[in-house]
Order: sequence, then C-alpha cells, then structure tokens
Amino acid sequence: MRFAETGFNLEVDLSRGNVERVATDPKDTELYLGGLGTSAKLMWDRVPPEAEPFSPENLLIFSAGLLCGTPAPGCNRTIVSTFSPQTKLLAYSMMGGFWAPELKHAGYDKVILRGKSPDLVYLWINNDKVEIRDASHLKGKGAVETADLIKKELKEPKAQVAAIGMAGENRVYFASIEQGRSSASRGGIGAVMGDKGVKAIVVRGTKDVHIAKPAEFMELCNYVLKYIKARDGNPIPGVMPILAGLGSPQEMIVHDEKWHTENFMWGNSRLRRKGFWTEEVAENWTNTMESMRTRLISCYNCPMKCGATISPPGLPTYMMKCFSKLTYTMGAMSDLEFGLRIAQSATEYGVDGFSAPQVMAFGLELLEAGILTDKDFPGMPDDNEGKFYWLLDKIVRREGIGDTLANGTHWAAEQIGNGAQEFAHNNIKKLEQLPLKLGMLNPIYFLMYSTGEKINITQIEGNFPQAPFATREEREEFVKDWPHVPDEKFKEYFVEWEQRGEKSIPYYPTPDATCEIVNWQEQMHYIDDSLGMCAGLSSFPLKPPYHIHNLPTFISSGAGIDMDKDELIQIAKRNRNLVRALNVRKGMRRADEKPPEDHWRKRFPELETELMDTYYKFKGWNSQGIPTEESLNELSLDYISKDFIQRGILKDGEDAPSGETSTEKEQK
Amino acid sequence: MEEHAVSGHKKTKTVKTIRIDVDKCNGCRACEVICSAFHASPRYSSSNSARSRIRVIHDPLRDIYVPVYAGDYSMAECAGRDKYTIDGKEYDECAFCRASCPSRDLFKEPDSGLPLKCDMCESDPSLSEPMCVQWCLADALVYEEREEEVVEEEQQEEIEIGLEAMANKHGVQKVMDTLARMTKKA
Ligand code: SF4
Ligand code: SF4
Ligand code: SF4
Repeated sequence: MRFAETGFNLEVDLSRGNVERVATDPKDTELYLGGLGTSAKLMWDRVPPEAEPFSPENLLIFSAGLLCGTPAPGCNRTIVSTFSPQTKLLAYSMMGGFWAPELKHAGYDKVILRGKSPDLVYLWINNDKVEIRDASHLKGKGAVETADLIKKELKEPKAQVAAIGMAGENRVYFASIEQGRSSASRGGIGAVMGDKGVKAIVVRGTKDVHIAKPAEFMELCNYVLKYIKARDGNPIPGVMPILAGLGSPQEMIVHDEKWHTENFMWGNSRLRRKGFWTEEVAENWTNTMESMRTRLISCYNCPMKCGATISPPGLPTYMMKCFSKLTYTMGAMSDLEFGLRIAQSATEYGVDGFSAPQVMAFGLELLEAGILTDKDFPGMPDDNEGKFYWLLDKIVRREGIGDTLANGTHWAAEQIGNGAQEFAHNNIKKLEQLPLKLGMLNPIYFLMYSTGEKINITQIEGNFPQAPFATREEREEFVKDWPHVPDEKFKEYFVEWEQRGEKSIPYYPTPDATCEIVNWQEQMHYIDDSLGMCAGLSSFPLKPPYHIHNLPTFISSGAGIDMDKDELIQIAKRNRNLVRALNVRKGMRRADEKPPEDHWRKRFPELETELMDTYYKFKGWNSQGIPTEESLNELSLDYISKDFIQRGILKDGEDAPSGETSTEKEQK
Repeated sequence: MEEHAVSGHKKTKTVKTIRIDVDKCNGCRACEVICSAFHASPRYSSSNSARSRIRVIHDPLRDIYVPVYAGDYSMAECAGRDKYTIDGKEYDECAFCRASCPSRDLFKEPDSGLPLKCDMCESDPSLSEPMCVQWCLADALVYEEREEEVVEEEQQEEIEIGLEAMANKHGVQKVMDTLARMTKKA
C-alpha cells in the first residue's frame, strides 16, 4: 500500500481525447517527494527544451503535494507546472483551497495534460470515472461563474473546480487559474490551460488517504494546532503586524495599510507616497472593507482564514486573499473601493493580481510619454478608474492595444519598441514583480531576487527576519526562542546584524552568511512545494509550526519514507537543482539573473559580483549558474549531467561554462 | 451517550450538546478531516471526509456554512421537505437535516452505502471533547454537557442499523443469502 500518496497519475491526452490512469514509481517519491519535485522530473523527461509553451508537447501538470489529503493542517496546495509563455522558463504557481485534497481522495496524485483539445472542454474526474466534456456553453464565462455553473450542471455541490476565465481562453500571458478562494496565477499558466482548450478541471473524490504511522503522525498534527493557537495570542514583537503572525499576510483582517501604501510603489511601480495614510484614508478604507467583506475564510483543514468573501454592492460575490487587496488600488492610484470592485472583474476574467495592474499602468505611461497615442486607445473613457476597466476588458479580449498588452510588459515593450522597454522596468526574467523600490541594497534579497526560480519574492523569502531589529537586546530576545533554525549559526548572524554601521547592509551579513541564509529560506520553500504545505504555516512566516526539525517526521510517519533532517535537505537540494536544470536547458544563464535595475537606488557592482560568485559556488554551480557535473551526480541527477554534456551545456570533466547563450540574447 | 442506571425506569443520562455557530465557521472542513481519521481503523490510519459524521454544507458565494452532524438512519425520504431562508439566504432542501437518507449521499460510507452516525467520539478512555470540536479552532463548534433524567429506552445496536440499511437496499433475502455464504466460507 502507498501512504499519503495514491500512487497514480491521471494522464490526459487532449488531442486524442484519451484518459489513462498510470501507476507511479515509488522510487521517484523517495527521490523527489511529490508536488513540484515529481512534476519537475516529468517536465524534464517529457518536454524537450525546443517545445514552445503554446505547443501540444508542453505539459500542464496539476499536482497535489505529497501530504495533501492527510490530516496535516494547512497542507492543501495544488502545484501547477508548465513552461511559461511569459518567461519561457518553468512556471510553478500554487494554489491553496480545496482542490488538491479532493484529487487525492479521487485516487490521483497528479493530472497531467498534454496535447490540445480542438474544442473547449472541461475534465470531470469523479473517482474512477473520468470524462472529457464539452465546454462550449462556458466559453467567455467568468472563472468563478464557471465553477458555479459546472457544479450545478453535474449536480455535485461538493466538487472542486479549477477554471480559467476569458483571459486564459485568449491566452493572456498573465492569465491565472482560479479555484474559489485561491488561484494559481504567476507565469501565465492559465494561458497554457486555455491553449490546451481546457476550461476547467472538476474533481470529486471519496476514497481514503492512508497514513503510515497513525499515532505518531497525529501527535505532530496536534502539536501544529496547539502551536497555532499559542501563536495566535503572541505576535512576534518588533515586526510589522502582517509579519508578526502566521498564515499568508493577513490582508483581509488588517486594516492598517500604512506600511504597504507608504512603502510600496503606486502606478507602474513608480511613485512612493509618504504621508498617504491619513486618518481619513484609514477610516474610508476600513469602512470599505468592512462593508464588502462578508466572511473570513480558510483553505482546506486550516484555521488561519487568510481569505475573504467580498461582495461589492451591485456586483457578484468573489473571494480574495493577500496582497491583491491593494495591487489594483495602487496600480491605478485610486482607493480601496475601486480596488475591491475591479478585482471582482479581474477574478472572473482570471488574471494575475501582480502583473495585471502593472501592465495597465504601463500602457497608460506609454500613452503619457507619447510612445503610444490616443489612436491606440479608441473609446477609452476619460476618468482614471474608467481607463483601467476599459484596459482590462481590452486585454482579456485581446482587442486593439489590449492584444499587445496581453503579452505582459516585457513582450509588449519589445513589440511596441520606440523606447517602451524603459517602461517595463519592474521585471525579473520578464515577469512583473512586487511594486517595491528601496534605497540600500540588501545582500540577502539581492540573491533571492536574482536567483530564485519562482521569480516571485514572497515565494523565496521567509524564515529569516527581513531586517535587523533596532537593538541587540531585541535580537537576543528573538533568537532565544528560535528552534526553527537548521543550525545555531543563524542566531549569531541575526544577533550581530545591525541597522547601521559596520555590521549592516550591504556588507553584512557577509557573502558567506548571506548564502546560507538564502539557502535555508529557499530550502524550506522547496520542501513545502513538494509536500503541498502552505508556505503560510511553514516557509513564509517567522517561527512557523512546521520547520526543518519536524517535517522529516511528518514525512516518515505520513508517507512511510524513512527520513531525517539531512536526507530531507538533500531532497530539497535535488529538487532545487532539477528546477534549475530545466531552466538552464531552456537557455537561462547568469546574464538573466538580476533584480530590476531600479529595485535599489544604491547598488554595489563589485559586491554584487562577489555575492553571485559566492552563491553559485556555494550551490555547486559554475560561473554561469549551471549545476556542475559533480554536484549533479552527487544528487543522483546523473541523467541531467549526461544531457548537459551531450548538449554542450557542460563540458565533459570540467566545469567550464559554455556561457554563450542566454534567454535574453536568444529572444531578441 | 453515557447512561447510569437509577431506580425504576428512570435513568439520568449525560446529554452532550455541540453548539454550532455558523457565523464563526470559515469552511475549513478540519472537523470532517479529523472525524474521519478518528473513526478509521486502526485509529487515524486514514482520512476521508466522505466518511465523516459531520459535513459542512458550504457554498461560499451565497455565504452558506452549515456544519451538520449525522443523525439517525432513515429508510425512506421525507414526503415533505424543509427549505429555509434565513437572513435572506436561501438554504438547500434538507440542509439542516441530520438523517442518513436515500435522498442524498450524505452520511453514508462511500463504498458500502452503510449509514454513518455521529457517536460523539465515544471511546475508551473518553475524550475531554469530541474531536471535531477540538479541531475547530474557529470555535464554530463548542461542546457542552448536562445531566438529564429520562425514561429508559432500548438502544438500537449499530450492527442492527447497518443490517437494516442493507436489507432496505438489497432486500432481506439477499442479505440473508450473503450472510449464509459468508458463514460457510468462514
Ligand atoms: S495559512 Fe492561510 S493560505 Fe495557508 S492554508 Fe491556511 S488559510 Fe490557506
Ligand atoms: S472545523 Fe469549524 S470552522 Fe472549520 S468547517 Fe468545521 S465547523 Fe467550520
Ligand atoms: S462528535 Fe466525534 S463522531 Fe461526532 S462528528 Fe464530531 S468527531 Fe465525528
């Protein structure tokens, strides 16, 4: 018997309309766990680097994490992976909610989509019965609306639905996949789903998920709940409210947005508005939220309630979480009421809440700069808010200028030319980033931004404080109760870290310490992404219930795979290198690994070079960021080193970089 | 239900109540998860909401959150059904009903179709609080106990309820034949 996992994947060939249930190799679970790990392995084995994102050869994999469907609190992530139309690299966006556990109960760990359906369809997985059904009547329907309609037509109120809206159908490069209160939205995976002609995947399952060592596993689960309860009344002192607790940032609960509105950038990630958060604004926004928010809601088997149901007067209800609360408001330089209203349309259309507002603001900047003209915006209303609604509509329909903007700021700028590239200023690897511009370079963030494969900072950062606390006493207090560290040295790094002076950024933490800090934080995310664990209870907050010392026991008692801390770290390392290898084979090189040019005002080219060199070396990568033959083989990834040597990406027996290509060059 | 014999036909029993505050429910279904795991055998060896004796009727777009406990098995569906509207929210037919009944798939073992019934997590040693209450950190489920005098009443055995359900589904004869066959095999 297989524990925690089901041991079966669902293979769907959309071109032929063929569905197969395929047993998986338990060896792969031992090597890569599940979720992102095993999905990345499938991508490596089956998608050649030449395959375009919008081609039948590209796979779109919906995967439950290894522990989804077990009673582990907050373990509910669906990891969706594919090659991104926007970055041309691996996209692996995740969603919480209820879909992954349902898939497990239906008897599958993954749904693997290949080929393309000639007509719009949806997939109906009801335990052993799987059907590809006509979805022509759902064409153009909103993602939330689609889920509702399908559940009604199937008479299955308990089915879980992951659907795309019009943006996905029209292959908007930043289209999302929506699933009720959650969405997988970064990197345009919704566009790939649309390209494959799949409107939705609907799941209903009533089978057991088995636990290897029940008593031991439950003891850990109970510990997690107890810890969450204890933390609830004890926020971490010294950090801002949204970082003091557990869960995703509690944006639906916290009304005080002084920090975000005065420190993050408005418009096309341009304008910092100090002094914005007045009493009047605070009162206004609080009223807006209180009047539109009907209920705080959780994901499957989690008490944290990070999401909310939002009912804007006169509009249909939708669900929201995290920072999308503010991205539209700030992108449009408007207020929260506008933000919550337009987010209703954006959710139905199914677009990424980070990219979409920036793309629209970028379009309007180009108009202002004269690079685009009024002719490009025929019929656009004069009022600011109206412009955004108009643009959103044009983008998701790919009409007029919307067709260009639908490709995201990077590709739109390439198409428009005439200096437009300067305005696509907030990207890493062609993907729009959090609208944040800062003063002094932070070495930890520099490395995370530059080298993180998820290309999204909130999915890389986490367990180490973002900034030093003011006094040594506060820092000592913080580390006193910090069993989460993989090694005692992290406590020292933090205690020594000063806000000013010699031991402050950018030269402290030292490059060596910085590498270790980045590595630890990233490691935790790779573990979560293979287990299906919500980062909000593990890799994202300070002092979470799940950490490197108890996760191995969760795996051994849940999935029945013997595991200790070192073995788990080794798996995280393997998965991390596998994901990197996929991108390297796609052409990613050192030249691509950089933060937005203007992310920090004060830059230190020499230090940055040293940081990159040190980090690559620390990781066992050559000077181009390519894992060396030795480090690949040490991780049992020999098949990758062989492939790299065959392709000339690595040279046999030496670590010399071939270094000629980069995705930048290739695509110009 | 724990019962203590007293003189005559009167007994006191401990009435165990779970107060359900639907306003506090966040739809997480932790109650379902833990109920199914607690009742798995061996205990906690599997989880499966479909086997849970509490189900959360859950429609977030209409703000409907109703944790419902599995009550008695009912052979036939009701002739008349309830449909409530509360605070302008229209609830589905049978939404508040606890019955394991032919009209719906709620509260039935997924493979055998046998009825499920909340047993208040009766176990030895007994729990401080039922598991679903312990795992509902939102306090949507709150446990209360009180003593009450009652007239004695025969309790129908779990196995009897199960057999009755099978008989209703397949006919008495078929169940008897199957039992006979099983006895021979053993
Ligand atoms: S912490 Fe928040 S986002 Fe994470 S599983 Fe729980 S409710 Fe969902
Ligand atoms: S555990 Fe509590 S909050 Fe969660 S669904 Fe059950 S009753 Fe609602
Ligand atoms: S009281 Fe126990 S048996 Fe009844 S629903 Fe709750 S967990 Fe299940």
